[in-house]
Amino acid sequence: MLNTLARRGVGAALGGWRSALTATTAQRSLHLPVTSLTEDELMIKETAAQFATEVIGPRVSEMDRTGVLDQAVIDGLFENGFMGIETAADHGGTAANFMSSCLVIEEVAKIDPAVSAGVDVHNTVVNNTISMFGSEEIQARFLPDLATQHYGSFCLSEAGSGSDAFALKTKAEASADGSSYRITGEKLWISNAEHAGVFLVFANVDFSKGYRGITCFVVPRESPGVEVGKPEDKLGIRCSSTCPVRFTDVEVPAENILGELGQGYKYAIGILNEGRIGIGAQMLGLAQGCFDATMPYLFEREQFGTKIGDFQGMEFQYAEVALEIESARLLVYNAARMKEAGMPFAMEAAMAKLKASRVAELTASKCIEWLGGPGFIKDYPAEKFFRDSKIGAIYEGTSNIQLATIAKNIKPLYQ
Amino acid sequence: GPKSVPGKRKMSLKRALVGCKRVIDYAVKVRVAPDGLGVVTQGVKHSMNPFDEIAVEEAIRLKENKKLDEVVVVSCGPKECSETIKTALAMGADRGIHVLVEGPEYEKLQPLAVAKIFAKLATEEDASLVVLGKQAIDDDANQTTQMLAGMLDWPQATFASEVELSADAASMKIVREIDGGLETIKVSVPAVISADLRLNEPRFATLPNIMKAKKKKVDQKSPADLGVDIAPRIEVLEVSDPPVRQAGIIVESVDELVDKLKNEAKVL
Repeated sequence: MLNTLARRGVGAALGGWRSALTATTAQRSLHLPVTSLTEDELMIKETAAQFATEVIGPRVSEMDRTGVLDQAVIDGLFENGFMGIETAADHGGTAANFMSSCLVIEEVAKIDPAVSAGVDVHNTVVNNTISMFGSEEIQARFLPDLATQHYGSFCLSEAGSGSDAFALKTKAEASADGSSYRITGEKLWISNAEHAGVFLVFANVDFSKGYRGITCFVVPRESPGVEVGKPEDKLGIRCSSTCPVRFTDVEVPAENILGELGQGYKYAIGILNEGRIGIGAQMLGLAQGCFDATMPYLFEREQFGTKIGDFQGMEFQYAEVALEIESARLLVYNAARMKEAGMPFAMEAAMAKLKASRVAELTASKCIEWLGGPGFIKDYPAEKFFRDSKIGAIYEGTSNIQLATIAKNIKPLYQ
Repeated sequence: GPKSVPGKRKMSLKRALVGCKRVIDYAVKVRVAPDGLGVVTQGVKHSMNPFDEIAVEEAIRLKENKKLDEVVVVSCGPKECSETIKTALAMGADRGIHVLVEGPEYEKLQPLAVAKIFAKLATEEDASLVVLGKQAIDDDANQTTQMLAGMLDWPQATFASEVELSADAASMKIVREIDGGLETIKVSVPAVISADLRLNEPRFATLPNIMKAKKKKVDQKSPADLGVDIAPRIEVLEVSDPPVRQAGIIVESVDELVDKLKNEAKVL
């Protein structure tokens, strides 16, 4: 993989603090830094940055205030190909790599982590579950719409099962001839549900088998018995809809089973591993965006005849935060490259998500302090980033779950 | 090209050359170089000249409206210009020509030389239209279009804010932004146009188009291949920062204002 990166070194550039460095500096070594990007990845990153700044930027405050995702943003995301980043070209996608998804998620999060959350879940969890575990037929049926028109939702969590995901109670009863299933249950905390055209629903076809009965069903929104509840009124990422979704005797043909019967638990674990890297990218973007929005103020504000950014006390603080952001970036990018290389990456993904979510909260918190009074009012972006950051420690695996995953990977090395 | 309908003549231009210059990004805080002869470009973000983005967009729209068959983008400069060309291809241009100019030769590349390059290419490529940005945001020269038109002996339509090809594709109606307002002219084809700010709003390069751009052809040439002498005719003696802008003051009355304008600013 490193050789491939080196071969692609011509036209490569770096992400992060050194983003102005290009190929001429990078290509002297066979082993490029983990922040190296190919020409394509760089172009995709820049398009995402431009779109985020010009289309999402002016709408951020209003969307946060009302909790409503602007239709112009939704249309723009689909029109520009941000909703089918890794989807195959003949299914209407871009056929780019996982790193490209992470870069889009990061760039969008620099402007609005709420919009980024939706893009992340849609690409890394919904699209990828279908393309990684679904049959050719399921892929052909659902991926094009997901790439070009409609959001998708991943329905796993319930009131009684969050971290203990496989304790889910939603049931799927087979018809006498096995040609269809009836799904009944209530899912909670479902992202993108307000706009979703398709739901990936995890239900148990046989509770006597425990988690080995869990099966993933692809359920179109129009199916009778599907009821999307009111979006939650959240602390942060407010315009990213999070809704309860109730399924009452929803009839689904057996053809809509994603992958194999009773293998749903495997798909869920598998996809959430990489989904973590996506969240890492979102939190990384949040931290960087908040930092970038705050730093210029430190060189405008003067107290005691000095720009506050020149006080050594302040220098030490923002140096620490810059270090934390760089650390998070290296973890996220490296985990993404490990996944692309086909290496096991569960531990690295957990580390990336855990670190990035901590760094997001720290950065936003510090930025509010550096701004002083202005940091505490909605006129300045820091307080929104702070509220948005908190979800990072909770969704797609709480911080404690990440720690448990890391320990599970470390322990056997020493026993 | 498109299939001709029996009994109906095809009314479109065959080919447009569009310039896309790689310049320091508009958002960057430019710094004077230590030698005082230029600005710092190393490690600084570059992108396509904004007026060239508008030029590329206009050419692509002409093609989408079936007024133009092929959009060929041209960039003159070091190997990094391939990124600029790729962006234009991702917007929808058909192919690119990269005229490779590097190092000190590139630092001294001036509008006259670029105009000569475009003149040669326009003839070689049998172009019926050349669309350039009205000026580059690094040198603000606003010369290439005019000189090129002179070299080719083609009409020029500078500061275009509206472009319309006639039904018989033999002329264009151009609305130009001028100091007094707007001027509408008619030029015969072939012609050289320079794009002004309000001509259009350039599209984003969609992600699928970025990937498709990889397959599009980009030819590399040198000024020598084109038989063009690009030696500079102008020598830059000095580059310096503009004077630091002083804070404004608030005056209490018109009398005070007049007094200050007369006795301090000495402009009355």
